[in-house]
Amino acid sequence: MIRFLLLFSRQGKLRLQKWFTPITEREKKKITRDMTTMVLSRQPRSCNFLHWKDLKIIYKRYASLYFCLAIENGENELIALEVIHRYVELLDKYFGNVCELDIIFNFEKAYFILDEFLMGGEIQETSKQMVNRSIEASDMLQEGDSSEWFEVELFG
Amino acid sequence: MSDVVEKTLTALPGLLSLDSQPGSNKLSSSSKLGNLIRGVTELTSKHEEEKLIQRELTSIKEQVSSPNTSMRQMKELMVRAIYCEMLGYEASFSYIHAIKLAQQGTALEKRVGYLAVSLFLNESHELLLLLVNTVLKDLQSTNLIEVCMALTVVSQMFPKDMIPAILPLVEEKLNHPKEIIRRKAVLALYKFYLIAPNQVQHIHNKFRKALCDKDPGVMTASLHIYLQLIEENPEGYKDLTTSFVTILKQVVGGKLPMDFNYHSVPAPWLQIQLLRILCLLGKNDQSTSEIMYEVLDESLRRAEINHNITYAILFECVKCIYTIHPKSELLEKAAKCIGNFVLSSKINLKYLGLKALTYVVQQDPKLALQHQMTIIECLDHPDLIIKRETLELLFRITNAQNVTVIVDKMLEFLRINKDDYTTIDLVGKVAELAEKYAPDNEWFIETMSTVFSVGGDTMQPDIPNSFLKLLSEGFDSVEEDRKLRLFAVDSYVSLLQGEPGKLPQRFLQVISWVLGEYSCLRADLEVDTVLRLLAKLLDMKTTSSETKSWVLMAMTKLCEGGAGVSVVRGVSETYSSSLDTVLRQRAQELQHLSQDPELRARVLPRHTGLEPLEVDSSLSFLDGFVSEALAAGAAPYKPPHQRQEELAQAKALSLEPYGLSLPLSMSSCSMTDRQSPMLLSISSGLSGNSNDLSHKGGSSSLKLDGVKRVWGREGYLAQREPAEESAHVEVPSTLRSPSQQGGADGSHSQTPTPTPEPELEKQQLASSLFVGLSSHSSVCLMGKSEPTPQRFRRKARSPASSSGASENISHSLVSPPITVDTLMCNNLLDSRITSEPDVSPLEQTNGSCDEELPDSDVKGSSPSLVGDDALVAADPAPHEEPPKDLLLISYLPAELSGLSHSEITPLSSDQSLDLSACHVQKEGDLVLVVFIYNSSDSDIQQILLELDSEELEVSCECDGAVGGARGHSVAVCQYSLSVKRPSVHVELVGTVSYQFPVGTPQSVQFSYKLPLSSFIRPLTLSTEEYGTMWLDFSHDTKQNLTLISDDPEPLAASLSVLKKKLQLHVVEIIGMEGIVACRLLQDQPCLMHCRLHAGTLAVWLRSPVPDLPDCLMYFCQRALQEH
Repeated sequence: MIRFLLLFSRQGKLRLQKWFTPITEREKKKITRDMTTMVLSRQPRSCNFLHWKDLKIIYKRYASLYFCLAIENGENELIALEVIHRYVELLDKYFGNVCELDIIFNFEKAYFILDEFLMGGEIQETSKQMVNRSIEASDMLQEGDSSEWFEVELFG
Repeated sequence: MSDVVEKTLTALPGLLSLDSQPGSNKLSSSSKLGNLIRGVTELTSKHEEEKLIQRELTSIKEQVSSPNTSMRQMKELMVRAIYCEMLGYEASFSYIHAIKLAQQGTALEKRVGYLAVSLFLNESHELLLLLVNTVLKDLQSTNLIEVCMALTVVSQMFPKDMIPAILPLVEEKLNHPKEIIRRKAVLALYKFYLIAPNQVQHIHNKFRKALCDKDPGVMTASLHIYLQLIEENPEGYKDLTTSFVTILKQVVGGKLPMDFNYHSVPAPWLQIQLLRILCLLGKNDQSTSEIMYEVLDESLRRAEINHNITYAILFECVKCIYTIHPKSELLEKAAKCIGNFVLSSKINLKYLGLKALTYVVQQDPKLALQHQMTIIECLDHPDLIIKRETLELLFRITNAQNVTVIVDKMLEFLRINKDDYTTIDLVGKVAELAEKYAPDNEWFIETMSTVFSVGGDTMQPDIPNSFLKLLSEGFDSVEEDRKLRLFAVDSYVSLLQGEPGKLPQRFLQVISWVLGEYSCLRADLEVDTVLRLLAKLLDMKTTSSETKSWVLMAMTKLCEGGAGVSVVRGVSETYSSSLDTVLRQRAQELQHLSQDPELRARVLPRHTGLEPLEVDSSLSFLDGFVSEALAAGAAPYKPPHQRQEELAQAKALSLEPYGLSLPLSMSSCSMTDRQSPMLLSISSGLSGNSNDLSHKGGSSSLKLDGVKRVWGREGYLAQREPAEESAHVEVPSTLRSPSQQGGADGSHSQTPTPTPEPELEKQQLASSLFVGLSSHSSVCLMGKSEPTPQRFRRKARSPASSSGASENISHSLVSPPITVDTLMCNNLLDSRITSEPDVSPLEQTNGSCDEELPDSDVKGSSPSLVGDDALVAADPAPHEEPPKDLLLISYLPAELSGLSHSEITPLSSDQSLDLSACHVQKEGDLVLVVFIYNSSDSDIQQILLELDSEELEVSCECDGAVGGARGHSVAVCQYSLSVKRPSVHVELVGTVSYQFPVGTPQSVQFSYKLPLSSFIRPLTLSTEEYGTMWLDFSHDTKQNLTLISDDPEPLAASLSVLKKKLQLHVVEIIGMEGIVACRLLQDQPCLMHCRLHAGTLAVWLRSPVPDLPDCLMYFCQRALQEH
């Protein structure tokens, strides 16, 4: 199970945080601090995996943005790396050539995409098309709209 | 794709200047959020940021509480609040408004409301209760998007106590026509299962339905639940193995829609999930493993594209292949696959390769040999993570020969490592290795000193404790003990003379204890000096008060005969007025004891050795107090977990307004809740499972079981010869020093090649690291694990000798030997049975026995003989008593008569036949003898006996046809038995068919049960042979058994009981350890290693035969308990 996902910039600024298990605010802040210092201090040509307490941290850098995923010890590191990658692909598909700014200014959208992709710490939908269809359908919602219209869109 | 993203992202010059960027057209640059974000990014100092955000928060606060704010504005405000929280500023005033937004907003606003709630609150937040109604409403909404949102938020965080309120609605969604809803519902239930397993146990059958869902997405989601369930109880789901295998086959074969592909690999997440499930199901289960061999092979074959995702699948495959019951062909392929990982130039794959090796080396140390040069490279890798993983691998292959090199490497790492968690872990490992394999005293003390200095105060407290215990209890040789203690004293004195201020507190405590206890061993060391050194510790500011009390205690032990009076007086005066009560007490003790030598001698007697402390762990001395308290009306004690449970129940809200069932009543509703016939058919199996689960919470031992055996120690060595051969090539013999050569086995076929200088260095390191790994090495007695002859073997409380063990050899047979008298009687009969066919066996035996055994207490012996006959004659249809044991024994075939046999047990009878049987232990065989007594008057021409057994191989010398039996005579049939599948008790089922000359065919059925112990024979071998065999065996089990404690030599006594009762061969007893061997008839060996440990006998059994160790363990336990 995925425990948490953090997105932060090269400067250590948090861009997105998702916690899949209940954690206190103080703990969250501490973990975020630990993660940014640990990940940012990694040398080039190091592997993408870290140990932190009893968890494994899988991180990957896309341009100026670091994606950092914590998984439980028995899990597969490589597939976690692909979880990150698929999420980037999803963001890319939604924003079109995604960049850090898209995520900074539209972080709530990034959260919605994440919620369609992961649920309760497990992969929910791996198909790019499906995730996008549900996000776009929800985006089309306007106040007062009748629900049938987007249902056609979303659920085919 | 990633390249594209990376390129696009890197191509951006200044990321935060907003003009003319591809993404900027989508930015709401004019919005308030946009302004805020831009404002924040333009700031230079943290202080300014804080000011700006506080201003922002104040404005948000004002607006959210204003009644005129529309929901649309509220949505915008919430997004801003989320942003502020992300920057680390609390916006708790907005939480309630987030819930309101989720409650009252339209779909789009609701979405933001739910998001804000899920980011702001966690499942224990009290405001969440307000959300329950909203979720309930949305779950019932006709708008599918609202239903989706509700399910999403429920799986993100939902108060445990409130689950029953929404559970029926979520359950209902499992039957929803839209697959996306079904899938989300399954995941929500998975989440519920994780946080409150007992609340969803009644819907297990619905999980099965989800597994069979026509939509692969829903099926995939259900696997999360199954993985969890199977992890907890693999036995309950074995029947699903075929289904999982079929699904995996279809996935691997590309039968799923293209939508599920990821970089043209079909549903990799699903594949991995299935592999993990199969891994759990196939562990320690041959027949289940056999079902999956084919699909595993195919998975390995299909994963050929050079992409991370295929490597992820391969890794999972390899793990599975090494966990389930081994198949040599697959193991070979998996080993090759590991090679691909290890030799890859990609650092991530290398890391996983090391990880895979770490799993595998316990079973196959040679695989490490094969990759030794890569391992050496990884050891010097600049990336600490790689280094750490390599050390983990080396830890698993450590033995007495390479321990110094490996521990060196570990300490080297510890000195540069910054992470506490890693330090704690690694320090523990070093201490374990040092204790197990230390080559000499100096090394041991020095290594432990480093452990204490590096490990500092974060290390596990049991490390110093067990170190001190080791020192105090001593080992086999008194002289060695003295040397070790002396060395410790010397080394600690010089440490204290250096800079003790730098040493961690724990280490100082160890030092104080050792000096207090043993500095008297060093005659030329003046007590005064030691006292001064210790007093110096007291003066240091950094010394904690706990350490100070250790120091004071040490001083109390030392101040004998008025030594160092001035130091002692000074110290005790200073601390007897200390504010710390413990220190004050210690100081008082020091003062008094130093002045009163007589009292001191009584309180702190010297050189008495350690009397074992008796601890009454049941606290029975409190019984009186407890019963008094109970009588006075006190509540009975409840263990913490029970208290917590009750507390949780008491706190749970009443859910009656919702009209929904409470968790308690749910198990019953699952029984009535079967709607479809399909569910009916499976629910019977499920109800058993749910019962299991309901008890699971109570018994922690169940879980521990699973934990303990995660990777097992099964070394499937025997089946991998080819890999082994290639492994040998890599160690050039020229590089090995003579001393290492002995261990690393000279029989390797080497290819000496000229090597460049730095390479040479590496190879030297390699040869010292991987020495002793080959199984031919005779020095390494039992591989790397616990029972390796330890240098620091705890001493037995009384001097051990092996004389006791050899005493009882002659009494090793299970049942008492047959007396000579019966034997003679027996022979006599054998010859007569054919010659006097008309005499009834009863009379016959009685008669002959009577002559030979005048004192025999056999029923119906001489005085009544005539009377008996008369009775038979008088009664026309007598049902004669079947022949008694002793009498039947006489029918034992001559060649078996001298051997030990079991009691003759009656099996079954009908009006004309009485069946009995016994088994006879031959040296290489077990013979079952069936006695068929024809109690009727007529002769039976033909008797057919058929035997069948699941666990046994039955071979018969008479082909099942017994021939005939005349009236009142006995026919005997012999079968040779051997074990197919070990089980504690093995059972035979048999049918006897017969026909009287006139009449219909009849048959009698019977079953015969015999313990596996009857098949066990001693196995004589030498300690060296034992050592090599030990390594080769893959199945093992460990347990602590009761020791025969009333004997001065508990180990020898226990072993001799085992030897006597189970016919084991005691190979050798070395101090506190003993090695024993036996075999299951001809060729199925089982080795036993036992060690005295904390008053119990720690037994470790190993065998190439599955289940044999477990069965034997059972018999050992019984034998020792019965004694």
